[in-house]
Amino acid sequence: MRVNFTVNGRPQEADDVWEGESLLYVLRERLGLPGSKNACEQGECGSCTVRLDGVPVCSCLVAAGQVEGREVVTVEGLADYARDRAEKGCARGACGGEAPSGTSLDEARNWQARGSDSQTGEGTELSPVQQAFIDAGAVQCGFCTPGLLVAADEMLERNPNPTDADIREALSGNLCRCTGYEKIMDAVRLAAARQGEAV
Amino acid sequence: MDFLRPASWEEALAAKAEHPTAVPIAGGTDVMVEINFDHRRPEYLLDLNRIGDLYEWEVGDDSVRLGASVPYSRIMENLRSELPGLALASHTVASPQIRNRGGVGGNLGTASPAGDAHPALLAAGAEVEAASVRGTRLIPIDDFYTGVKRNALAPDELIRAVHVKKADGPQQYSKVGTRNAMVIAVCAFGLALHPDTRSVRTGIGSAAPTPVRAKVAEDFLDAALEEGGFWDNGKIITPSVAKQFADLCSAACNPIDDVRGTASYRRHAVGVMARRTLTWTWESYRGARRHTEGAA
Repeated sequence: MRVNFTVNGRPQEADDVWEGESLLYVLRERLGLPGSKNACEQGECGSCTVRLDGVPVCSCLVAAGQVEGREVVTVEGLADYARDRAEKGCARGACGGEAPSGTSLDEARNWQARGSDSQTGEGTELSPVQQAFIDAGAVQCGFCTPGLLVAADEMLERNPNPTDADIREALSGNLCRCTGYEKIMDAVRLAAARQGEAV
Repeated sequence: MDFLRPASWEEALAAKAEHPTAVPIAGGTDVMVEINFDHRRPEYLLDLNRIGDLYEWEVGDDSVRLGASVPYSRIMENLRSELPGLALASHTVASPQIRNRGGVGGNLGTASPAGDAHPALLAAGAEVEAASVRGTRLIPIDDFYTGVKRNALAPDELIRAVHVKKADGPQQYSKVGTRNAMVIAVCAFGLALHPDTRSVRTGIGSAAPTPVRAKVAEDFLDAALEEGGFWDNGKIITPSVAKQFADLCSAACNPIDDVRGTASYRRHAVGVMARRTLTWTWESYRGARRHTEGAA
């Protein structure tokens, strides 16, 4: 079957999709966006976390056919998504108006984490939470990172001043086997602090 | 495999009548796991995501009509005062990502003995609204679970909603697992005080082939509370009464040994949770009583 949906603000079409296929498989294998990681395929690990109509979900548990006509944001579009939100004061599409900029498939496929050296996190092409992960040393093997970034970014959108308990709760569906989570906590605190300074 | 995408509830019922083997999929948190692992290859998937009615709830005088697909995260946010037991249970479901997708309809449809919502529904008192092209019926929650992962639905029926009694007293929920998030219950326990009818209801999860109530324990406690005038005098429940209640709750279990825990551990843990949830709810009842008296 064919599935039409929006990925990172741009309309996309996936063909020859098997009816039992997951959104994760469509993103990785049909659209060439391997940022969302395939680990447990049962919703235990959160590595495949994406935003579906703004809501964080495990893309391995969403049937491809269920996303017809809906909006998905993946880690490849997270920097643009965060920039749109910062510039327009609201998440993409949420306040209507002009057409969203978004991220094309080619841009998304070639996306790389190019951070900055600055101590403040400014002047970077990354989203604040991505830059904070680099600066705090929250990335080791990197497999859990995309899911954590999407989940952490969504929490900071909802809750700009999270307590440690809020952060732990928001990230409780994302498993990391390298870091012991402390550096990840540091990174989210850093992103929240920088976000607070910027306002 | 065929992917059926009804745009309305009537279309969904018609599709289910035409294809009784169709597997309904809403949050997908059970169904997609089985498909991803090749444990199941249904002939038809019946997608319910397009049916907006399933995502709504109505708060009535006596009960809440909770749409089958209302995600756990919405229950936690919006129904904490009406359905405190279910809201607490919802909070223990998996992770934020799963709570954003999964709902009580799926828990009932799967009817796993480990489903987190079941003990809360049993304790609060609930009816499952099942519908087909033949009509709609309300199935009392006590008659709904018929075996391991089996329920009272007919092949052409879909779950439209669950009608849960609004809390008339304190409710509690407790769950044993190896960590706070992403855990299938080793066992779970729900308890609701019903001061209006001067009764107590319970629900036990993951400690029998189906979710069950500890009815002997409820009857014992109802009688003991009545006899001691506890509902009126608001005294602390006698430790011997609490212990007897806990023992009877343990005795209501019919657990197995499996990877998550042994049968004897489950029986023991259910007793501990029964005593604790009774203490928590009773303290809260006494507190509310004192508050009311003070105001009057």
